[in-house]
Amino acid sequence: MSSTGTTHYPAATLSQQVETHTLSVLVDNEPGVLARVIGLFSGRGYNIDSLTVSETEHERHLSRITIVTRGTPMVIEQIKNQLDRLVPVHRVVDMTVAGPHIERELALVKVRGKGENRLEALRLADAFRARVIDASTESFVFEITGASDKIDGFIALMLPLGLVEVSRTGVVAIARGPEGM
Amino acid sequence: MSTEMTGAEMVIAALADQGIEHLFGYPGGAVLPIYDALFAQEKVKHILVRHEQGAVHAAEGYARSTGKVGCVLVTSGPGATNAVTGLTDALMDSIPVVCITGQVPTHLIGNDAFQECDTVGITRPCTKHNYLVKSIVELPRVLHEAFHIARSGRPGPVVVDIPKDVQFAKGAYSRSKDFQHKGYRPKVKGELDRIKLAIELMQHAKRPLFYTGGGIVNSGREACHLLRELVQLTGFPITSTLMGLGAYPASDPKWIGMLGMHGTLEANLAMHDCDVMICIGARFDDRITGRLDAFSPGSKKIHVDIDPSSINKNVKVDIPIIGDCGHVLEDMGRLWRASARYPDKRALEGWWKQIDGWRARKSLAYKNSNEIIKPQYAIQRLYALTKDRDTYITTEVGQHQMWAAQFYRFEEPNRWMTSGGLGTMGYGLPASVGVQLAHPKSLVIDIAGEASVLMTMQEMSTAAQYRLPIKIFILNNKYMGMVRQWQELLHGGRYSESYMDALPDFVKLAEAYHAVGIRCERPGDLDGAIREMIDVNKAVIFDCVVDPAENCFPMIPSGRAHNEMLLGDSAVSVEEAITEEGKVMV
Repeated sequence: MSSTGTTHYPAATLSQQVETHTLSVLVDNEPGVLARVIGLFSGRGYNIDSLTVSETEHERHLSRITIVTRGTPMVIEQIKNQLDRLVPVHRVVDMTVAGPHIERELALVKVRGKGENRLEALRLADAFRARVIDASTESFVFEITGASDKIDGFIALMLPLGLVEVSRTGVVAIARGPEGM
Repeated sequence: MSTEMTGAEMVIAALADQGIEHLFGYPGGAVLPIYDALFAQEKVKHILVRHEQGAVHAAEGYARSTGKVGCVLVTSGPGATNAVTGLTDALMDSIPVVCITGQVPTHLIGNDAFQECDTVGITRPCTKHNYLVKSIVELPRVLHEAFHIARSGRPGPVVVDIPKDVQFAKGAYSRSKDFQHKGYRPKVKGELDRIKLAIELMQHAKRPLFYTGGGIVNSGREACHLLRELVQLTGFPITSTLMGLGAYPASDPKWIGMLGMHGTLEANLAMHDCDVMICIGARFDDRITGRLDAFSPGSKKIHVDIDPSSINKNVKVDIPIIGDCGHVLEDMGRLWRASARYPDKRALEGWWKQIDGWRARKSLAYKNSNEIIKPQYAIQRLYALTKDRDTYITTEVGQHQMWAAQFYRFEEPNRWMTSGGLGTMGYGLPASVGVQLAHPKSLVIDIAGEASVLMTMQEMSTAAQYRLPIKIFILNNKYMGMVRQWQELLHGGRYSESYMDALPDFVKLAEAYHAVGIRCERPGDLDGAIREMIDVNKAVIFDCVVDPAENCFPMIPSGRAHNEMLLGDSAVSVEEAITEEGKVMV
């Protein structure tokens, strides 16, 4: 390899820092729209850290997709423009740059244990404001809502106490203040 | 007003309403109702191709040479998968195509039925948009929407997949005049503030350069006219990509030739050294930029493009303007005229002097021969003998394509049909079929290589059926020339599988296809043979036997910058000129 670093790839991206961005995408709720979005990410080599989708306006057949992605600023700009180019996409908003916003995630956490571990799990759940939504003599299912790192923290604490499995929704996001997207 | 009809009849009605005169297609089980509807009418003429890939390329040639939407009809399963190469080609080169595919009946979808494939799944990444029409109620809207999406904004291919039961179903057909899509609204007017900034930058330029592309041709004749005006107004030099050839006349002194990997020395050095680059309707493709971190290091860049995703994709620009080239050029011309300030005339003269110095190096020069036909010479003679005619040129992909781009000089847009983005060998012959149908009285020539043309040779049969006098001008060097050139430059001259052994006798092949075959092996016979080809009012396969060892220069080796160009005479030192990293690139 020569030392000149010759390459066909955008040189600028090499010196740019990788950032995490949360994108809100308003799309027509029609067959295949999710496949278009996911296909775009896989086809162009973009990352998906988290993706949530559900219909949000029934009458207008609109769904809202929230995507957490990583890339250099140039790649993030590409992702936004490429998404916007899809015909069923109405709007793309980069929540990370658009202003203050709230991100939440919901997780269901199953913990199995007896005796002191069981009590400790309950005490920690209380501290994290996780609710018990199912219980047996040797297990709990907790429901916890919050920012992703809070959920990560809770799961880490449950691990030695008998964590069995976790189901997470992925991130949903909304801007603070009176304006809609 | 709506009329009751079957889905199949709606397809034909929508095509007729869209002004489509020619439909390129191939029948099969899942489109038989549409073929039945075709049989009963005379508005839309069906052209039977010999392979579905050919149908799409023919539609591309038709579209590119007319500015209209090209239209394709193929069956389900293999019909659709065979069309994929053409669709991808149209996507990469922004060619408006509507492709209607048959599908198995809705109740069988997902059942692995005979000739079933997931057409919308397969074509999703190679179309601008696609549809699976599951109900007759949606069909009229979808058909017209497909044409709107194909031709508006950045044009591209659209697939409409119609299950057979929907083709049989009856429903109400109407074409709403004030059609508007729910969310799709391409932006055509550029932001005036940005255009003002661009004009200001251009007025302060000392070494300005227009770098234009296929977007101008797509925008239309008016955009090409406005470009010509702006170049004359400013006095700036202009270069263009492969796809943009013809938007600006090659005979004008402001034209400094094509840029990029096989562009002229003057165009590439001007790109490298300019201080203001005005990119209009081009996308900073890797064939153009070469090494990115050394790409035009000292310039401020203006980029006009209708597709926001083209902006800052490969190269960071200073003034992005999102809009249709035609609209933006109109604003630019108006603002330029309205402003009293002009660029530094002395500086501009100095810049032209520098460019003329590069021009004097004659980077396209080659050593001619009396014994053997040089491919460059063949194109030069072809140009000389056809330039005063109403001529359209298509090409295949490879060395011959680059020589055609370098030596055939285009004065008008829509005269040059080539596969730029995807680089599809086999494009040119079917494309020439489409061009000839659109321009029955014109001279349509496919400048071909003997390797490429064999990929879609069967379309000669289509030409025969419709009596299309296309001319297939093969530069026969008995090699996959560009592959051989790279193997010579990058892989120690080990010509692995690039020799076209056991080639057919092209003269006999022409005769087998009811065409005329001409072979020419000596430079002295070339003019007479080309004249004969032009004069024959039939399809011709012209086997022009050329120097098998000729390489295409100038050349920017992979991983090199614009100012590290190889010229023909310096070809000896080529091996050292390519770095290890350059070898891993294509």
